[in-house]
Amino acid sequence: MCTTCGCSVGQARVNGKSIAAHLTTGQSLKYRPLEQAHTTHSHSTPANPDQTPGTLHFGTGLAAAHAPGISQSRMVKIERDILAKNNQYADKNRHYLTERGIFTLNLVSSPGSGKTTLLVKTIQMLGEKLPIAVIEGDQQTDYDAARIRATEVPVIQINTGKGCHLDAHMVGHAIQQLPLQNDSLLFIENVGNLVCPSGFDLGEAHKVVILSVTEGEDKPLKYPDMFHAADLMLLNKCDLLPHLNFDVNLTIDYAHRINPTLPVIQLSATHGSGMLAWIDWIAAGCRQTAITKQSAHSIDSTLG
Amino acid sequence: MHELSLAESLLQLIEEAAIKQNFTRVKTVWLELGQLTCVEQESLRFYFDVITQDSIAQQAKLEFIAILGHGVCDHCHRSMFIASHHTICSHCGSYALTITQGEEMRIKELEVE
Repeated sequence: MCTTCGCSVGQARVNGKSIAAHLTTGQSLKYRPLEQAHTTHSHSTPANPDQTPGTLHFGTGLAAAHAPGISQSRMVKIERDILAKNNQYADKNRHYLTERGIFTLNLVSSPGSGKTTLLVKTIQMLGEKLPIAVIEGDQQTDYDAARIRATEVPVIQINTGKGCHLDAHMVGHAIQQLPLQNDSLLFIENVGNLVCPSGFDLGEAHKVVILSVTEGEDKPLKYPDMFHAADLMLLNKCDLLPHLNFDVNLTIDYAHRINPTLPVIQLSATHGSGMLAWIDWIAAGCRQTAITKQSAHSIDSTLG
Repeated sequence: MHELSLAESLLQLIEEAAIKQNFTRVKTVWLELGQLTCVEQESLRFYFDVITQDSIAQQAKLEFIAILGHGVCDHCHRSMFIASHHTICSHCGSYALTITQGEEMRIKELEVE
């Protein structure tokens, strides 16, 4: 599995096809296998054939010299973020999407919170007003993509294989394969998981966390990273509230302990309540994306 | 599970450094890890040992440099150490804290030969 996504020799698939490996520098890596000496600490091999087996030679390391108190090893400063690779791909995606005025949302939640149902409903309400495309992420199957395809918007399914989250490299491949229109809306439905997707930027404008009222009030405190990373929380399945012992205010209070400015929309994707507030939020985001695109273009034309 | 991806990223950054800086074995890796990151140290150590087998970093030691969480209260503007995302301001009781430190996840340096 490759570093950011499990491509190449891994099991990650975009619409059933394995994706190309990352770009490499083309230079080969010099790898010196561990000698037996490393574990047994015997120095049996002479440095060069002229030396007799009785010679002790301490200058056989890379430095080809030896001074008392100075070992062959040296320190190398790196100072690089572990997620630097993913973030490079994410920046590329974000640049591509912003330039074309594509408002992109990364939908994250635990499995079964109703992400796909919400998407289908959202597409039905918005589909005639602006072009929409969807990237679906799941470990296996293209069941979700089939549900989206039934709404007649373009969709790409990414199967992460053993992976637990989408990453920016996978999404970059999916973006290239989707027929994306300028000034449109792109939904990325992440793998159902409240832990891992929080750390992986995909190049989206916002992460939207979905919590359903059947899950328990304390989810924001149990999985704080995700609620910290999100810019909007949707409380789904609110039509079930009369049948449940679920305290909405307590959940919102918990979410605000993690992320004090997090806006919350209560809705029911199946019954339609609260959907208009969600659609308004999307519309405001689309307008903002259009303004960003225009100002970027006008700066480009001013600077020539 | 994402510790596996992180361990693989770690090895890839090390291999890139090996090509640029011309070393052939890594003995120790120092990793700065903020207290507020979503990373389990022992899990990362386990996966790092697994994926570095037969690599340039085989049997390399992974040393963590802990970085404490630090934040500034949005209301009273005082700074304080924070242990989690839902820490309450010890001065005014607000939850609105802006994190200034503790989300780092960075390779600091390597001991190589």
